[in-house]
Amino acid sequence: MTMQFNTETFRDDYSFRNSDWAIRRFPFPFHEDSYMYSVNMEQHRGGPEGSVYEKRFDVDEHYVSEMHDRALVLAEDPLRCQSLPHMTLAGWDLLELIMVSKSEDYPDLFELHRDGNQWRWINKPLGIDDTFTFLDETTLPYGPMEYITRQTQGDFAVLDQREENLWMDAGMVTTQADWSLDFDIGMNFFEWHAPVPRAHEMGIFKRALKFLLNVQQGSPARRLNWTMTVNPRLDTSPENYHKWGVEKTTLTPENIGAKQHLRVELQTFFRLPRSNALVFPIRCYLIAFQDIVTVPKWGRRLHRVVRDLPEDLADYKGFIANRPLMLDYLSQYDDGLPTSPGVWPDLETEPPLQK
Amino acid sequence: MSRFQFPESIASRPVYGTLEPRPGKAHLMIADAEGAEALLDLAVRDPALVRAAHIIYIPKGTGESYVPRLEMCGPAQFHVAPSYEASVPRLRRVLTDAHMGLQLYLAGTEGLMGQAMSEAIEHGLPQRSIQREHRGSVARRMQCVHCKGITEDVTTDPFVCAHCGLHLFVRDHYSRRLAAFQGVRVDAEDPGNVPDPVELYQ
Ligand code: HEM
Repeated sequence: MTMQFNTETFRDDYSFRNSDWAIRRFPFPFHEDSYMYSVNMEQHRGGPEGSVYEKRFDVDEHYVSEMHDRALVLAEDPLRCQSLPHMTLAGWDLLELIMVSKSEDYPDLFELHRDGNQWRWINKPLGIDDTFTFLDETTLPYGPMEYITRQTQGDFAVLDQREENLWMDAGMVTTQADWSLDFDIGMNFFEWHAPVPRAHEMGIFKRALKFLLNVQQGSPARRLNWTMTVNPRLDTSPENYHKWGVEKTTLTPENIGAKQHLRVELQTFFRLPRSNALVFPIRCYLIAFQDIVTVPKWGRRLHRVVRDLPEDLADYKGFIANRPLMLDYLSQYDDGLPTSPGVWPDLETEPPLQK
Repeated sequence: MSRFQFPESIASRPVYGTLEPRPGKAHLMIADAEGAEALLDLAVRDPALVRAAHIIYIPKGTGESYVPRLEMCGPAQFHVAPSYEASVPRLRRVLTDAHMGLQLYLAGTEGLMGQAMSEAIEHGLPQRSIQREHRGSVARRMQCVHCKGITEDVTTDPFVCAHCGLHLFVRDHYSRRLAAFQGVRVDAEDPGNVPDPVELYQ
């Protein structure tokens, strides 16, 4: 299938839409009817055909418009992309990983031609055809991390590994769930996670870090995280909170199905070969409530998860004030029937809504 | 009473101890305001240590209250600076020359200790050679997450950003690199609805 790229916005008039294809392949994050933090990590070795897990770096219909939105954010605030001086080699590692993966996984969209250190990179959707010298920064228009992540969906944190810890020493962060790279850069794993409730006390971060320190080259891992966003806005940064925070108060029973979005992050972990750094792509997928409930199993389950989520988590995720409105809407799609285990939509086997 | 017991907080928020004499080839002590008391206590425990030290002291609002007593301890070098900013060139000069074995003692407000610490780490001083003891004001150095401006000596929550004028609430999330806590617009979801400011730790 040749991919059709949407022309859409993630701000102002919010023309972002998911096609039926994108709805069915949405990475629904709940494998059961309740949710609590856990060390939810697994190998990132592909997944069902067409799913967002299939390729190393998923490219979808939003690609071109997301890259346009990233360019707008960076023009407004260059501090969204930063790299401490010792992280340049990791940037080249990342550039290589993405170019090799994308050209192998999407040969009709991306091409990489290598002759020693002379590389030619062709990105057809974005109309890029550049020749440069690998490991020579002067031959690229940006540093290597910035160059390649301006062409790759999702945020990127590049972690230096030392002293049995991970250090957030570089990143490209324009589609984040309310955290600041400029503030967090230079922090270690426990420090940047400091604001998260419960998980420290539950021992989750200790165990997660241990796992991450041992991720080997060629054996990437992945996990999902989720939150809620009013309007399909990618840039829910603290920097711009004074602009988007107020949009949370615009929900009504009439518009909630269209405006309220579930925001899911597919987070992956790759060890980088030369620098021994770990790269952490955080790919954001948005879906409107009215689209989720077209999958009966997801509608039932989302209602139960939102209803039963402990207060401190709902508060941290920023939707406690809107929870009653969400529940009024979602309860219409919960008939009390049991749901099948696992995250998949199971459209053929799950019963339609009984009310 | 210059000591304050900070309540337990999140993992990024610094915790402070009590300055202990430590063996070292050189000793640099930096304090502001009531931080002088921590150095005086150190001088009682180990007078020879303080005699060998280079002290940089910023009195802030305390005027002359501590200067003569610090001088009486007989430090090898004693410099009184009118502000932290004014002391930075000297501090950098000392750190540039520092050899392995320098011990750094910081005492006083969080803003002073945080900034001097990040300067020292940038100059390659290992964290284990740095000690910190909080004394005096619980005022915080705050970064506005929106405009990036730093507001010094914040004592209330919320407060007004000295740069962009937004009303910000005071978070415990702390950046060592910036030596600052994070301030975020308090009325973002309800513009104009700014709660009355409350003294920190009231
Ligand atoms: C090394 C890569 C990782 C990076 C760069 C990263 C980064 C972050 C950041 C910046 C936040 C937001 C914190 C804030 O409120 O300011 C966060 C939240 C969180 N992280 Fe991580 N993280 C990583 C790996 C993990 C892993 C492996 C786990 C495993 C369990 C995890 C669990 C969480 C949880 C539970 C939250 C709270 C999310 C929510 O409730 O919405 N993180 N992470």
